[in-house]
Amino acid sequence: MLIREYKLFKEFPKGYWKIKLKEIYEKRERISKLYNEEEIKRIKNEEEKWRKEIYEPWIKKSSERKSKFETASGIELKPVYTPYDVKHIDYLEDLNFPGCFPFTRGVYPSMYRGKLWTIRQFSGFGTPEDTNKRLKFLLEHGETGLSIAFDMPTLYGYDCDSPIAFGEVGKMGVSISTLKDMEILFKDIPLDQITTSMTINAPAVVIFAMYLALAEKQGIPFDKLGGTIQNDILKEYIAQKEWAYPPEVHLRIIRDIMEFCTKHVPKWNYISVSGYHIREAGANAIQELAFTLMDGFTYVELGISAGLDPNEFAQRISFFFNSTMDFFEEIAKFRAARRIWSKVLKERYGVTNPRALLLRFHTQTSGVSLTWQQPLNNIIRTTIEALAAVLGGTQSLHTNAYDEALCLPTEEAALVAVRTQQIIAYETNVDAVIDPLAGSYYVEWLTDRLEEEAYKYFDKIEELGGMVEAIKKGYPQREIIENSYKQALKVENKELIIVGVNEFINKEEKVMKIFRTDPNVEEIQKQRIEEVKRSRDNKKVKEALEEVRRAFLDPSINIVYPILKAVKAYATLQEIMDIGREIYGGWKEPDLL
Amino acid sequence: MEVGKSLIYYREIVNSLPKKIKILVAKPGLDAHDRGVHVLIRVFRDVGMEVIYSGILASVDQIVQTAIDEDVDIIALSSMNGAHMVHFPAVIEKLKSKGATDILVIGGGIIPEEDKPKLEAIGVTGNFNPGTPLEVIIRHIIERFVKEKLKLKDFNF
Repeated sequence: MLIREYKLFKEFPKGYWKIKLKEIYEKRERISKLYNEEEIKRIKNEEEKWRKEIYEPWIKKSSERKSKFETASGIELKPVYTPYDVKHIDYLEDLNFPGCFPFTRGVYPSMYRGKLWTIRQFSGFGTPEDTNKRLKFLLEHGETGLSIAFDMPTLYGYDCDSPIAFGEVGKMGVSISTLKDMEILFKDIPLDQITTSMTINAPAVVIFAMYLALAEKQGIPFDKLGGTIQNDILKEYIAQKEWAYPPEVHLRIIRDIMEFCTKHVPKWNYISVSGYHIREAGANAIQELAFTLMDGFTYVELGISAGLDPNEFAQRISFFFNSTMDFFEEIAKFRAARRIWSKVLKERYGVTNPRALLLRFHTQTSGVSLTWQQPLNNIIRTTIEALAAVLGGTQSLHTNAYDEALCLPTEEAALVAVRTQQIIAYETNVDAVIDPLAGSYYVEWLTDRLEEEAYKYFDKIEELGGMVEAIKKGYPQREIIENSYKQALKVENKELIIVGVNEFINKEEKVMKIFRTDPNVEEIQKQRIEEVKRSRDNKKVKEALEEVRRAFLDPSINIVYPILKAVKAYATLQEIMDIGREIYGGWKEPDLL
Repeated sequence: MEVGKSLIYYREIVNSLPKKIKILVAKPGLDAHDRGVHVLIRVFRDVGMEVIYSGILASVDQIVQTAIDEDVDIIALSSMNGAHMVHFPAVIEKLKSKGATDILVIGGGIIPEEDKPKLEAIGVTGNFNPGTPLEVIIRHIIERFVKEKLKLKDFNF
């Protein structure tokens, strides 16, 4: 039975989000046990009095710099927040303690007092040898986890010698076509002593299978492997746009990976539900939060529909968020994300295992926020964004290098990025007290408000038939395009100031030393794949690929096993990926403009 | 260059020209960074240009064929993944081989300073980095269109 006729999702009750929204609005009318009703009324009256008698006369005399203040996502802001704005928030119900439901204050009881966040710098370029060298450089300088960037052909599931890969091999990441490349990439890096995150989506199953095969070669059992594959295809359709097949084909493969990992690789995060790319593509904080979580819920429904227990499999869904320049909105976003995820998993999907309710996340500072003008300013931007991620309780962090608006990072810039995290970790004392912004009237109000805005989007997406249908209709894509267009006009009209770009411009920009990948990469990689194809047992490869084909044609077979077998026989990435393309074709996105 | 004019100003300029500017926005190669082109497509339309979009993952052959079939004045190429020195010259070569050298080509993306003169030398101008004011890009298009397509010598705006 082909995937088109196969039912991946069972029905889940509709109308949940509407009920939640109603609850949110009803709750806003109440006063929590924390507050004395009379005092809250007095504060409200005093605020009105202050506004009329003190604030408004003041701004009449010296007017404010803008007619309206708002968050980056357009939530209008008052000049000051008071207990009245958070009067409905119940401490134990809505915030509670770190490591306790609904985890607003953090997923672990001791947070950074126990273990600092992992410094995990996304890196990869050129040949596997080049990247292996950079990984070791980063590890030597205190990086604590690996994160691999693959080049464009790899991300789309093409080999380095494919005509379509011409000019792109090793440019934006490392080129991986066969297990041989993977062996070189991780040479002298013991896979049981480090966790590896791999930003790979459409061909995730193949790259993951290569990693597993490599672990086997190093003699490491699968259950000792820790790490992450991004494997989040929904955000590919929404934002990053690196797909190979129609959505159902990818979702079926993801289901198989979930099943396989739950059985054999229990410490592996097999999906990193990613808001990062959604944000970079132009979304605001609300959209990033809402689309990412809705993607996450869709994967939960996929797993439940496959008969898996969310108490188990939800433990290994992790998240990946962006951190950009609206400091408080970003912090509120991280806090809201944790709260929404755990509440919905518990209530809607019946998850009882506390470990399966934790929204653990990686953060990357925003690439889009960096400017090629006055590039050293990017260090400051990155520092502010990184601090927001830490105050928001991130589990791991990538800080961008200051030259990344121009090129892949030079070694010097990559080092400053690592040092930025170390300065925050060791010099600022922010690791001592957990969730230190909790209780701020503004931050709590904004966290609550973002939660509401996210639910509005969930409801809208459900009305469109769920995330997969919404994507096919182009809904989240268009929302993002609209937002980035509005933002571009704001920058053009100087309603939004970007230092060095539309204000405070230097007449002359110094030309920076930039990083270039070795121009011979393509040739080296082509020679290597040729050598692999020559020396492997081609009969064995053919047989293994036949098995992969059978699995592609029959969604009741778990496709991870035959793919693992194929990569071990040194079948190439594209040989495997092309089978799916032949059967199911590619994917053309709906007209968005 | 005079800057600080609004998009409405440029719309008036574009609409006052004897011919509508027709532009193909294209993303060659394996590059899905489409945020910038999405913004530009809308802004080009806002100022009165006729815009066609190649979509992501367009091949050089497809881009040139579309440009010829649609009879566009300008191809605007975007490359954010470091492959501009491969794809941009390939578009120029293909236009030459098809005898379509009257189509103007401009570029944008993550393009290092040192590559810009090389691209200019083969006829790819602009080569704007992200964060370039929209106005600068629009002016550049109008200027090239007026000078090279309309052959107007004294057109100041």
